[in-house]
This record gives sequence, structure tokens and C-alpha cells, in this order.
Amino acid sequence: MNVATLHPVMFRSLWNYRAFVVGAVRREFQTRYLGSLLGGAWAVLNPLAMIVVFTVVFSQVMGSRLPNNSGGAFGYSIYLCAGLLPWNLFAELVGRLNTVFVDNGNLMKKASFPRICLPTITLLSTLIHFAITFFLFLLFLLLVRALPGAPLLALAPVLTILLAFSLGLGLLLGTFNVFFRDVAQFTSVLLQFWLWLTPIIYLADVLPPALRDVMRLNPMTPLMDALHAIFVEQAFPHWSGLVYPAILAVFLLALGGASFLRLSGEIVDEL
Amino acid sequence: MSAIGGAIIARGIGKYYKRYPSRWSRLAEWLDRGGIRHARHWVLRDVDLDIQPGESIGIIGHNGAGKSTLLKIITGTTQASTGSVQVSGRVAALLELGMGFHPEFSGRQNAFMAGQLLGYSSAEIAARMDDIEAFAEIGSYIDQPLRTYSSGMQVRLAFSVATAIRPDILIVDEALAVGDAYFQHKSFDRIRQFRDQGTTLLFVSHSAGAVKALCNRAILLDGGAILRDDAPDAALDYYNALVARREAEQAIRVAEADTGQRTTRSGNGDARILQIDLLDADGKSVRALRSGERARIRMQFETVRELPALSAGILIRDALGNDVFGTNSYHHGIAIAPATPGQGQIEFAFDNLALGRGGYSITAALHSRDSHLADNYDWWDRAVVFQVVPGGRPLSIGICDLAVTITAR
Repeated sequence: MNVATLHPVMFRSLWNYRAFVVGAVRREFQTRYLGSLLGGAWAVLNPLAMIVVFTVVFSQVMGSRLPNNSGGAFGYSIYLCAGLLPWNLFAELVGRLNTVFVDNGNLMKKASFPRICLPTITLLSTLIHFAITFFLFLLFLLLVRALPGAPLLALAPVLTILLAFSLGLGLLLGTFNVFFRDVAQFTSVLLQFWLWLTPIIYLADVLPPALRDVMRLNPMTPLMDALHAIFVEQAFPHWSGLVYPAILAVFLLALGGASFLRLSGEIVDEL
Repeated sequence: MSAIGGAIIARGIGKYYKRYPSRWSRLAEWLDRGGIRHARHWVLRDVDLDIQPGESIGIIGHNGAGKSTLLKIITGTTQASTGSVQVSGRVAALLELGMGFHPEFSGRQNAFMAGQLLGYSSAEIAARMDDIEAFAEIGSYIDQPLRTYSSGMQVRLAFSVATAIRPDILIVDEALAVGDAYFQHKSFDRIRQFRDQGTTLLFVSHSAGAVKALCNRAILLDGGAILRDDAPDAALDYYNALVARREAEQAIRVAEADTGQRTTRSGNGDARILQIDLLDADGKSVRALRSGERARIRMQFETVRELPALSAGILIRDALGNDVFGTNSYHHGIAIAPATPGQGQIEFAFDNLALGRGGYSITAALHSRDSHLADNYDWWDRAVVFQVVPGGRPLSIGICDLAVTITAR
């Protein structure tokens, strides 16, 4: 199978199946709130509760502050949300892509549709949930007059790198998970450790210098630094720091894409 | 190689599944790029297809003959391991009905989902929603959750959606023809209508009547290969003979296992028949053959000491014990090699086994000269029992099936 010739075909067939992709994303949304009285309102209420906990409770009730009280009363809340919300996007995407083929095994064995639709559906529905949550966070920033101005534009490249990284890693692990189900188990363990090895909930400064060097290998660290720069310092991030995660993201996306294309035929045999 | 709308061209397609001795060996194979640790389990091999637009083709064969695999490769659900297949135009497969259905959603919503899974756009489905509703005949249920439907209603809805747009190629598995007789007729009418409008039809069926009625060509698959690609009548006759033969074969093998120890064996033991087997044209051991088929009787033997002369004979008897045919190597002037002790093999080949339908037995013997009355080394009564089933030739009665040509003036 020639991988190079498959790319255009793959994306053309994905376009032909756009109704299926959009329909499946909408259906996933509907299924989640099926039979509930408030319905789609939960899609907003849930993240709203999370934002309220992170902001009001942390700043007012628990009195968490950044060192030197930088950023004022909401400094730590903003620090936390700026990192944790994108991290959740990453973790959810990687986690769900891990099992996307296994979960849809029956469909893949019995119906013929472009296989690339499945990760696309996962990507879109995860993105919608992230968009709602992140929009609420921006709304909160607007309320407390902490909305960064121009540096918000830097969000586009940072989130693009984050998404590419998540998609590549998720696709790679999801493909392997069909053949070795250990992969999904391992990933959920890995993600827990990874969260604590990334300065999201705490500040990098609290770590001993030796550990801080190790943390520099973690591609999520520069991404988080960039997000913190945008939201906490309200400044443009240091672009040089993003080179490493960007290269890694491109590499993972190519690797994940190539293994998916190479093994997509065998995936169906194995399910 | 290119295909126009509704055509299917396949060249040497095959499908195997990888079988690993353990999960670890797959990992080992991945890490060690050179080493192959799996065994190939072939389910389809070297299949060539040339299907023109508008042809209607019956696909027949036993369970496990490779029918579903072939169709799944054509629809693109499964990837072929070898060869290439070109399918042009929109394909609708009625192999799995109700894929993409969700019990909690209404019939209307499910119609959209199932249609989207088939690659229809939302506008295409919306434009045909009235037709889908009307054809499925489920009335006001269309807006009720699917879980309240009977299984027949679900099939009706699924069929209506799958055939809402006339495809270039329609693949139908007759096993899906559930539902009441009324809807079966209605769905066959629609299939026939599509065929008449130029849709290429691939129709999987065990029913001779349906294949003959719908198709202008039939492909018989057996053991993952195309055994026959012919007019429906010819292919079905061959298939029926194959079924009859397989059933007879089964019965004899069972009987053989039961009576194997009770056959008559006599002789002085200077030479001994080790095995008698009946082989078909492909050299496969069989116990059922068709009239006029090529066949061989193979005898394996050993001599215990140096013998002055050795000849081997066979005798075919009918079910009542009447001699039908017998001969031996002495009469054919064939000398059997080993004068010194050792093993040997001798074959009796029939280009045309002109036996009529019925049960027969093979008796085999080793003796010194022209008959077993002189020096009888070994005599094995009813060593093999076999059945001759009709097929391939015009029907006849009697123990022999003479090739006859009838002319009328």
C-alpha cells in the first residue's frame, strides 16, 4: 500500500462523508443529555461549575494566591485555568483516541466508511466541549477585567501545537491499542503522572533545580509556560520555547498518521 | 485498469488473516522487522472478477466458502491482502441492516444516521424522507424511538434507507430477507427494478430459485476460490452436485470409521497392502464422485520377503456385491518393481469413471500372477466404499454411465 497516494483519497472521502461526521458529533452530544430535562444546558452548566470552583472557591474561600500576590486575588485561579483547561483537552483527546477504534469495532467490521471519520468525530466533539469551557473562562476574565488583549492572538499557534501533539499521540496510541490493549491501560496511568510532572497546578519554581531540568524534556511544559504568559502576565510568550513542542507535534502527527494508514486494514481484521 | 460506473474489476485478490502463536509474538515481530512469526490463514485466494455495469450476479457457495469476505472487499469494509480491486460508482450493501441505528432516537433521526453512514448528504436524505417513510410502511412510528419498533419494522426502515437512492452497485445477502412475505416481495420488486434500470447486482443466496430468477450469471465459490463462473443453471447444478457429494462423503467417512475393523482380509502375508485410497482429479482423497469424473485408486504396499512375481488388482463392486469392474497389473503387462523387500505404490487411473449413481466398494489384492488363486499375498475386501452422485452428465440409470450421444432426424 502506497501511503503517499492515500492522503488525497483519504481527505476527499472524509469530505464526502462530512454529513456522517457532523451527524455523529451532534448525536454524541444528544446521547449524552438524552432523557434529561435540562438537555443541552448541561453542556454549559457542567463546565460552569468547574470554572466557579477554580475561580471563586480557590480565590475567595481557600485564598490561594500566586507568590508576591501577582495577578491579584484571582492570580492563582487564572494560572490554574489557563493550564488545566487545555491540559484537559489534551488528556481527553488522547484518552478517547486511544479507544476510538476498539469502541467502534462493530461498526468498522460491518460498515464501509472512511476510517478517518472516527478520529475526526472524536476530535470535533472534544473540541466543542473545550470551546464551551474555554469561552466561559474568557467570560470570567472579562468580568474580572483580566482579559489579555493582543497576546490572546498567541493562543492560536499554542493551541494548534497542542492539538497536533494530542492528535498525533492519540492516533498512534489508538492504532497500537487495537493490537495491544495494554496501551490504553498504560496511557491512563501515564496521563496521571504526566499531569503532576507539568507545572499546571503548582508553579515550576517550587521544584528543586534538578527536577526542573528534567521537566524541560516534557513538551507540555513550554506549552504551559506560553499559556501562563498569555493569561497571567498578559504578554506574548517566548516563541523560541515553542519550537521543541512544535517539532515534536509534527513528528507525532506524521508518525501517528503513517501508522494509522499502514495498519488501518489490519485494524479491521483484529477487531 | 479502470472501471466505469457500476463495474467491478478484480485481479488476483486474496485475503489472509495473521495468526500469531501468542500476543507476545506479534510484539516480537513488530520489533524485529525481519522476522515473520505469524502463520497465514487464507480465506480467499486468487480471485479474478470482471463484472460489467448492469450485470446481475448470484454468489453461491457453502458457509465459509469466502462469499462474505469477497463482498466485504468489494464494499471496502475489509482490505484485500493481495491483488487489487476497482469498484466504480455508488455501492449500497445490504449485508448488515441497521448499522448506525440507535434505540433511543426516533425512526426519522435513525434514517438520517443510517443514511449518513452510507455516505448520503443530509439534503439527499431529507429529499427522500417521504419515500423512505412510505416504503417502510411504519406509519406514525417514524417519530417514535426505535426501541419501540418490532424487528420487522426495523428491517423495513433499514432496507428503505439503504435503497432510498438507486446505487450503481447493489449487494444483497438474501439471509437478510426477514420480515413478512409481503415485504419480501416488495423488496425483491425494488431490487429487480434497480436491476432493470441498470444497477449492477451482486446477490448472495442459497436458494436456486431466487438466483435463477434474478441473475444472468452465477459465481460458485468454494474454499476461497472461484470454482465456477457460468450461467446460473450450470453453476447451480454444479453447486447442487457439490452439496450432494459433500453429504455423501460425510456419511461414508462416518460409516468407514465404524466398520473399518470388520472388513475381510486374507492372504499369506508375504506382501501387504498398507493403504487404499480413492482420489479425485485434484489428487484429493474423496469418497464421493460424480459420474464421468477423473479418479485414481492408489494402493500402497510393502513386501516382506523376495517374491518371484507380484501383481496388484482392484475390483469394484456395486452395493449388492455384484462385480462391476476388475483388472490387475498382470493383465496390463505392468511389472511392479520391488523384487527385494520394501515399499511401493501403484495407481489405477480412470479418465472417465463411467459408473452410474449409487454405492460401490473397492476390493484390492496383491498376488503373484494373473489371479489371486495362485499365490495370494493379501486380499482386502471392501477396502474403500464410495458413492457416485449425479451431476455433470445427463441423468441416467444403471450401474454404468456410458457416454452416449443422441441425435434426432
